[in-house]
Amino acid sequence: MEYKAPLETYTGRVKEVTLGKGAGALKIGGGNILPLHYFEGSTVHRPLVALEVNDNGADRWAEWVVQPYKDVVSDPVKWAKRCLDLGADLICLHLDGTDPQGANRSAAEAAAIVEKVLSEVDVPLIVYGCEDDKKDVEVLTAVAEACKGENLLLGPAVKENYEAVARAVADNGHCVIAQTPIDLNLEKELNVKLLKQLPPERIVIDPLSSALGYGMEYSFTIMERTRQIGVVFGDVAMQMPIIADLGGECWKTNQARADREQGMHWESVTAMSLLLAGADILVLRHPDNCRLLKEAIEGKI
Amino acid sequence: MAIKGTDIVKKLPEGGKKNCRECGLPTCFAFAMKLASGGIAIDKCPYISPEVRIELEDALSPPIKPVTIGAGANILTVGDEQVLYRHEKTFIHQPGMAVLISDDEPAEAVDAKIKKLKELQFHWVGKVLKADMLALRHVSSGRTAFEALIKKVLPVTDCPLMLISDDTEALLDAHRLCADRKPLLYPATAQNLGKIIAAIQNRPAAVAVKAAGVESLVPLTSRLKEAGLEDILLDPGSRNLQSAIRDQTLIRRAALKQVFRPLGYPTVAFPCFMTGDRQREILLASTFIIKYAGIIVLSDIDEHSLLPLLVQRMNIYTDPRIPMSMEEKVYPINNPDASSPVLITTNWALTYFIVSSEIESSKVPSWLCVKEAGGLGVLTAWAAGKFSGDNIAPFIKKCSIESKVNHRRLIIPGKVARIRHELTEALPDWDIIVGPREANEIPSYLPDLVKSWKN
Repeated sequence: MEYKAPLETYTGRVKEVTLGKGAGALKIGGGNILPLHYFEGSTVHRPLVALEVNDNGADRWAEWVVQPYKDVVSDPVKWAKRCLDLGADLICLHLDGTDPQGANRSAAEAAAIVEKVLSEVDVPLIVYGCEDDKKDVEVLTAVAEACKGENLLLGPAVKENYEAVARAVADNGHCVIAQTPIDLNLEKELNVKLLKQLPPERIVIDPLSSALGYGMEYSFTIMERTRQIGVVFGDVAMQMPIIADLGGECWKTNQARADREQGMHWESVTAMSLLLAGADILVLRHPDNCRLLKEAIEGKI
Repeated sequence: MAIKGTDIVKKLPEGGKKNCRECGLPTCFAFAMKLASGGIAIDKCPYISPEVRIELEDALSPPIKPVTIGAGANILTVGDEQVLYRHEKTFIHQPGMAVLISDDEPAEAVDAKIKKLKELQFHWVGKVLKADMLALRHVSSGRTAFEALIKKVLPVTDCPLMLISDDTEALLDAHRLCADRKPLLYPATAQNLGKIIAAIQNRPAAVAVKAAGVESLVPLTSRLKEAGLEDILLDPGSRNLQSAIRDQTLIRRAALKQVFRPLGYPTVAFPCFMTGDRQREILLASTFIIKYAGIIVLSDIDEHSLLPLLVQRMNIYTDPRIPMSMEEKVYPINNPDASSPVLITTNWALTYFIVSSEIESSKVPSWLCVKEAGGLGVLTAWAAGKFSGDNIAPFIKKCSIESKVNHRRLIIPGKVARIRHELTEALPDWDIIVGPREANEIPSYLPDLVKSWKN
């Protein structure tokens, strides 16, 4: 029997999304291959690794993941700069402080924080609200307006608020995170709706990332199927890049809180799994894992 | 692609028109269909010719051969996988996790590794997770140390064994010491394959073939198969992450999509030989768990790195078609009794996993009432009107919790604190307590709450 390498080529292609602007802009997507299948497809933008900065500080973070940022957690600007010093490709700013059930920071204050961070770093910014669908509309609109034309990646836009969030994104020259709760049908439905307001090159899919042991396999399979439906079957409503915001999920598990080493592996194994499933942006908390995952992506391991 | 019933029938006696019924089925066509689905043995047909029989047996055999290592009660079976992606159909045989012991390691290190293999076990949502086997490696000059290592290991563990030596004579001598354990021998290469075939034809062993690249494996497995030996594993020699992903993918595709028999075997992967860095090794192992490896050899294990890998392995090998919701009922956690606290949540599987594992780690015996809410999380279920006073109250009444406990205190998730009032009205005999917003606060919350009740 003669061996013929079963290489495959696909007609579908992940949309190329540009984040940020000017010299510091970064691109994701663009490829017609399955995740990390660099052996059988055209040149693509490799996945990016972001580190998380939180406007709410890190009071509730496990001590081992606060340690690298200990002296800067009260200042999002310094914190973001630290992340870049430690190797992050870009910054993911979570505005947990705007949560009405928590610190309830106003939309204007939140926008001022984002503007400040943006003015001090030269990488693209990802900005997540507090995941309260009403408050997020106020906050994300204020952020979008204050940073008009800066091409942030803003979200989450969810079933309940996508029209208003997408409008703020479209009117002010940004990209949007389309978030659905680990469900392929809901994911496609939201994408289709958003495509009426924004081109696919301005949308990134967040199918929700669960931590290892806490539903990681569901996130894994939704991402893997999203990529297959987009690339192998060519469905244009499923060809946007994927973001895996997993650091927070991993570090809140008991296993990560119980032991430093275990926490490190919890985050890196979850990240590697979702990278293999198709994530184009990984959002992590620990800088050592940021370096490790970048090495994996760059083929240095 | 497996052979179809319509193709089988043409090969049956008289072109499938004999219809003698001696197999117990009304027609040859029915027999062929049943054969294709694995529902009947081929020898039920008394008239099938020996040549056709061999041809059909081959065509009907699984595209990736199941391979068993070890003997007795403690064996490991890998292979027999049928899909490339877990959403198509469940992955079947979890990769075996092996711990490497080299014969130049100090005695204490060897003892410690054997002990860890035996004793490191984790309880995770009702399952026991552990590593599977030892890989014993010959690196010292001479054979004394290697033989001593094998003799030390044999009586103290019945786990499946892999023997590794680049000295073929040493490898085969080692095999003689434990042939009754049906070990896995590594490596079989183009250079030593003849010797290995001769040695294992009457002493059982599985063989892992090694070559530089996927294609170079083909002549090796073909020779083994000609010799009647099919307990084979494959090592395409890839020693970095991206070439490993490539090779594992090509082997799995060739086996499943092309039914290319020479590559229809499970693979063995060596994170232990790919890096000297622990973090990288775990990352490589986690890649092999997802990307199709049959056996994964680690340089060492410890509780904090093994648990994440075993949980990942369990996650990836669960059946993805299981709906993401739990049955509506009362779940006992940590052996509760009549005075134990009662908590309620919704039936989304993830919600249940998280809440139940947090209660478990709080060590407080508790009752967890899981209410049907369309498989939604707590907040979403509340927003959808599926987790509110008017439907929780009837559930509490009918779910038998009132007969299990001698108190009437119900802890609700903090995220739906707003339903407390309506629930108090709907359940006048119950005291409604607002619990934590996040499940990870349960381990600190529950013990304090129970203590306050006792005072």
